[in-house]
Amino acid sequence: MNSFLSAQNLKFSYINNIEEPPVKTEVLHGVSLDIKKGEFVALLGHNGSGKSTLAKCFNAINIAEEGKVYSCGLDVSVEENLLPVRQRVGMVFQNPDNQIVATIVEEDVAFALENMGVEPKEIRRRVDEALKIVGMYEYREHAPHKLSGGQKQRVAIAGILAMKPQVVLLDEPTAMLDPSGRKEVMKTIKMLRDEMGVTIVLITHYMEEAALADRIVVVDNGNVVMDDEPKKIFSQVERMKELGLDVPQVTELVYGLRKEGVELPQDIITEDECVEALLELFKEN
Amino acid sequence: MLKDITIGQYFPGKSVVHRLDPRIKIIITIAFIVMLFVADSFYGIGIGVVFVLGSFLLSGIPFKMMLKSIKPLLPILIFTGLLNLFFISTGDVLFEWKFLRITTGGATTAAFMIIRIVALIIGSSLLTYTTSPIALTDAIERLLSPLKKIKVPVHELAMMMTIALRFIPTLIEETDKIMSAQKARGADLETGSFMQRAKALVPILIPLFVSSFRRAEDLALAMECRCYHGGEGRTRLKQLRTAPRDYVALFTTALFIVLVVLADKML
Repeated sequence: MNSFLSAQNLKFSYINNIEEPPVKTEVLHGVSLDIKKGEFVALLGHNGSGKSTLAKCFNAINIAEEGKVYSCGLDVSVEENLLPVRQRVGMVFQNPDNQIVATIVEEDVAFALENMGVEPKEIRRRVDEALKIVGMYEYREHAPHKLSGGQKQRVAIAGILAMKPQVVLLDEPTAMLDPSGRKEVMKTIKMLRDEMGVTIVLITHYMEEAALADRIVVVDNGNVVMDDEPKKIFSQVERMKELGLDVPQVTELVYGLRKEGVELPQDIITEDECVEALLELFKEN
Repeated sequence: MLKDITIGQYFPGKSVVHRLDPRIKIIITIAFIVMLFVADSFYGIGIGVVFVLGSFLLSGIPFKMMLKSIKPLLPILIFTGLLNLFFISTGDVLFEWKFLRITTGGATTAAFMIIRIVALIIGSSLLTYTTSPIALTDAIERLLSPLKKIKVPVHELAMMMTIALRFIPTLIEETDKIMSAQKARGADLETGSFMQRAKALVPILIPLFVSSFRRAEDLALAMECRCYHGGEGRTRLKQLRTAPRDYVALFTTALFIVLVVLADKML
């Protein structure tokens, strides 16, 4: 077991107790997935594919019905592991407004540490550190509702970072942000991985964000259907469309050009690569 | 328009009054209220007024704010004043016209009651002006913590208050948005009879409720993800610590209570 997050033949169902008899909907049908330490994985899938459900299995919010889930070597189904797992595997959600608890930025960042029973002096130190990492230290005494969306989301990330997690799960953290807020958050996420070695699992609908990952896992209908590096995933444009997903705009462009007979490599996923390939092509002609 | 509502009316500052331990401030405020009700002569109440005005000057809160805090309670003040003025008939008659009769006893009681209520309002608004809502909640949680022994969910109550305070601006903003959305679809919120306007609020309240429940669910999830498991074993970022100035303030308050009692007895 050398993987960091690991799901083995994981099955999960939501049970609707309001109906009589209760209605059971199986969302994950035996997912197996291994994520290595320090990896940056993007989790893709259309709405209702089960990607959020899968992510929530890794921090013991959802407990698997069948199969095993290990996070940082801990079995998440064991009651005593609940808090240790949640401390090691932090989670950031889509709506920044709904995950901020306190009325002052620094108090919110301290929330998790207060729950963990950390000494006040240590809380102070870790709160300041986390706020500096996300670049929100100057705003520590502000009221969260006066911040922009991107800033709020960075505060939410700081609240998770203060726990010193080894993994951060992000469930569409940029979906409600404007382009500049999105950029801020993505920069922060990249920094976490590059400078702090935090393992990242990013759920997103923006293919440009997914292209930054080391690896893309596509979930469809409660099963992992594709699992590879971004270049290999995005070069299968037709397969992605079949799954109701997009590819980055440049990939789409290259795909169209190739169809028209322009000789370009298939695995272009960033703008820079595209520019380079086009320049190369012009030089040749 | 809704955005201008401020709850708690906190005025940030660095004065001695601001820096007092919020627990001590709550205790002093309660002591002050007791002081006002113990006083039954103009001398006693005068000392109480000196106490509250002194604290007000120390806090550096603009005088205008003091008047502003009294304004919403003006009708009650006038009502109490008139009631006492006309219905207490002790002492000499000052003025008589048909069934209206004003006596010296009535006039003094009315003046006394008004001074007492005004002092009460100023004293309690001074507490909210100089203490942030979060510090207040915190202080209440700690002052009430002995009640945990008899199974009063003190931590949960304080947490609820904190979350309520946190979500007031968010929900106000949301209400604004829903109102605009409904207006854009032709909802008429401003005209019509009282009943019609009340009915027009339904399409605003329902979406607001629905979204609040969704928010609550999200928040609960986010709190769980951050290891929240109730008040047990919780520590706090900001420790409340009493400083010498807190004891000085307590002592001064005690002194004033003694003065009030003495003034009532002796003069």
